[in-house]
Amino acid sequence: MKMKFSTLALAMGVMAVSSATFAAPPTAEMLANACAGCHGTHGSSAGPSMPSLAGQDKKVIVESMKHFKSGERPSTVMGRLAKGYTDADFEAMGDFFSKQKRAAAGVKLDAAKIKKGAAVAEKFCSRCHIEDGKEGKDGASVVAGQWLPYLQIQNDEYLSGKRKMVEKMEEKVKQLPNAKDDMDAAAHFYASQK
Amino acid sequence: MTLDRRSFIKLIGSASGAAAIAGAPMIAAAAEIMPKKGKRVVVVGGGYGGTIAAKYIRMFDKSIEVVLVERNDHFVSCPFSNLYIGGILKDLKPLTIKYDKLVKNHGIKLLQAEVTAIDPAAKKVVTSKGELSYDRLVMSPGIDFRLEEMKGYDAAAMELMPHAWKAGPQTVLLRKQLEAMKDGGTVVMSVPLAPYRCPPGPYERASMIAFYLKQHKPKSKLIMLDANPDVTSKGGLFKKGWKDNYADIFEYRGAKKVTEVDAKNRAVMIEGLEEVKGDVVNVIPPQRAGQIAVAAGLVGDDKNWCPVNATTFESTKHKDIHVIGDASVAGAMPKSGYSANSEAKVCAMNVVALMNDRETTELSGINTCYSYITDKEAVSVAAVYAVKEGKIVAVPNSGGVSPADFSAAKLEAIYAESWLKNILTEMST
Ligand SMILES: Cc1cc2nc3c(=O)[nH]c(=O)nc-3n(C[C@H](O)[C@H](O)[C@H](O)COP(=O)(O)OP(=O)(O)OC[C@H]3O[C@@H](n4cnc5c(N)ncnc54)[C@H](O)[C@@H]3O)c2cc1C
Ligand code: HEC
Ligand code: HEC
Repeated sequence: MKMKFSTLALAMGVMAVSSATFAAPPTAEMLANACAGCHGTHGSSAGPSMPSLAGQDKKVIVESMKHFKSGERPSTVMGRLAKGYTDADFEAMGDFFSKQKRAAAGVKLDAAKIKKGAAVAEKFCSRCHIEDGKEGKDGASVVAGQWLPYLQIQNDEYLSGKRKMVEKMEEKVKQLPNAKDDMDAAAHFYASQK
Repeated sequence: MTLDRRSFIKLIGSASGAAAIAGAPMIAAAAEIMPKKGKRVVVVGGGYGGTIAAKYIRMFDKSIEVVLVERNDHFVSCPFSNLYIGGILKDLKPLTIKYDKLVKNHGIKLLQAEVTAIDPAAKKVVTSKGELSYDRLVMSPGIDFRLEEMKGYDAAAMELMPHAWKAGPQTVLLRKQLEAMKDGGTVVMSVPLAPYRCPPGPYERASMIAFYLKQHKPKSKLIMLDANPDVTSKGGLFKKGWKDNYADIFEYRGAKKVTEVDAKNRAVMIEGLEEVKGDVVNVIPPQRAGQIAVAAGLVGDDKNWCPVNATTFESTKHKDIHVIGDASVAGAMPKSGYSANSEAKVCAMNVVALMNDRETTELSGINTCYSYITDKEAVSVAAVYAVKEGKIVAVPNSGGVSPADFSAAKLEAIYAESWLKNILTEMST
């Protein structure tokens, strides 16, 4: 049988046709694997300033990618990369990474700051960053187990106005007695959560 | 009779290798060191491409035995080796990986040996320790040099004028020479015509050498002789970085092709017309696919690089052999570590599909290259790749380089460090 196929194929001159012609379009895993050189295998970052994508809320990933692409969220490199994909790609990648287990970040943390951060988070952040940051409500990011240096860069960008906060988060952040230190403490607390 | 999709894929798979016999080396029978029982992939080269191909094949399909063959017991990364040369990194430790965790975590078999020949017809790899049979072979041997185009540049000359284009002892030698040079000395660098490994690499190196000179030997000079008419990558950014930081130290000269060296006198010759002398000379010779890929008859009409299928990375020269990384011709994807990483995953997924008679999946790839200008500033180039009409192309309107005003350069230097951490962790765990 096979022999006959080949003969026929040769007669049709298909030898020059590459098998790529018959490849399926990129799957979620194909798309997502390309990100792992920076974000870690299956999206678990080895740190310290690259964020883990594993276990992130799907909606957060999709929205972040759209906002990187439009420039609404500031970025060094993600804006340039996001321009290479469609909304459907974002959905596929978001779905893939949200289902991966996040490996714990291995960064040294200050115990006193964690303690203070727990109180800040409980009072000001837990409405949206629920379950000690392990889940997000209303589009809030999963921040538990995220790398501290990454969270600190985000805090700087939020507080300088470079990255826009959602309105309700901004309201809470404005209520913080000492925004810079309190945000940093909260970041320590979230980074410490597994 | 109609051709269904699956049989068609099978048939194409076999047809692509039908012409793959001419030039196959004559190989004397030697002992099979690991008798093959089930399905097996042999991966040649434990660098940026090979480690990832081996790991992802095992992640996709544990029933496939993977044997990784690498000549060394460790790997030193070229990315960031320029920072060591510039005196910013103390040693090569952060750039060095071992294979123990990778092998253990994924059940990969590691063979530390030199691959000396490949027999595509018999589907065998000949190594310094014996023979290995394969069902499919993945080659990621990196580069070797076209020394015939650089008269006088032999093994002895490399000890006097290091290339440092494969990281390790050569990298250490170049740094030692810079440290030993007197203040007021001249450093000469030569760059080959593209394509070569890492388009922005030479310009990052120039930045790092200039950084070192400025810190430690401010009366010295650096001259770059570039065979290309102009800077081949991130030109605007490098030129601004040089002007802002190294204007008094660094002289860039385009369209100056070094064709000959006089190692004893530390001199290079530009096409027989002009001699340039230095106290330290860094010669980056023209390159081609790693020697073993050439010997296996995998290179194309240019005799230098290996043409491959844009989806599977299967060689168009020999059936069942895939080539990734610097050695391959991957369309628009540049010869970089990130490209090799991305290509390896695409190749792994499709090798597994082919071995299971499943449909293959089209490539989606990324490249990013960070280059340091000073110890605290880096710029990058990034792009997303897809397949169009059987060719790997950059997705239109995607990618690009860092902002021209260096507004992101400090933050990018921080992210670049994490890039290295992540990509080396991917390769070693
Ligand atoms: C100075 C410099 C800076 C760079 N900076 C960057 C950067 O910032 N970012 C980036 O993405 N890329 C960078 N690159 C490029 C990057 O190093 C290469 O593109 C990448 O290493 C290619 O991967 P590879 O798997 O093809 O080859 P390699 O990583 O070189 O791996 C090849 C492996 O195969 C082994 N091997 C070869 N032949 C045999 C044989 N016959 N038997 C057994 N083993 C064999 C070798 O020992 C080696 O371990 C840089 C390169 C240089 C020189
Ligand atoms: C060159 C390294 C690199 C690659 C490749 C890369 N990223 Fe990123 N990613 C970053 C950096 C750096 C940031 C921080 C934002 C910035 O400066 O660009 C980031 C941030 C993100 C964020 C925001 C995380 C959060 O918690 O809000 C998401 C989502 C993301 N990346 C998704 C992806 C996806 C999906 C891909 C693959 C298509 C990808 N990244 C490829 C470097 C990279
Ligand atoms: C009203 C809901 C809300 C509250 C309250 C809130 N956040 Fe958020 N937070 C969000 C949303 C939504 C996002 C993601 C959207 C965005 O900003 O891009 C987010 C994102 C973040 C991020 C970025 C994570 C990443 O991966 O990039 C950090 C850090 C953060 N919040 C910290 C805090 C801290 C600390 C507090 C308490 C002081 C807080 N937030 C309170 C809604 C909230």
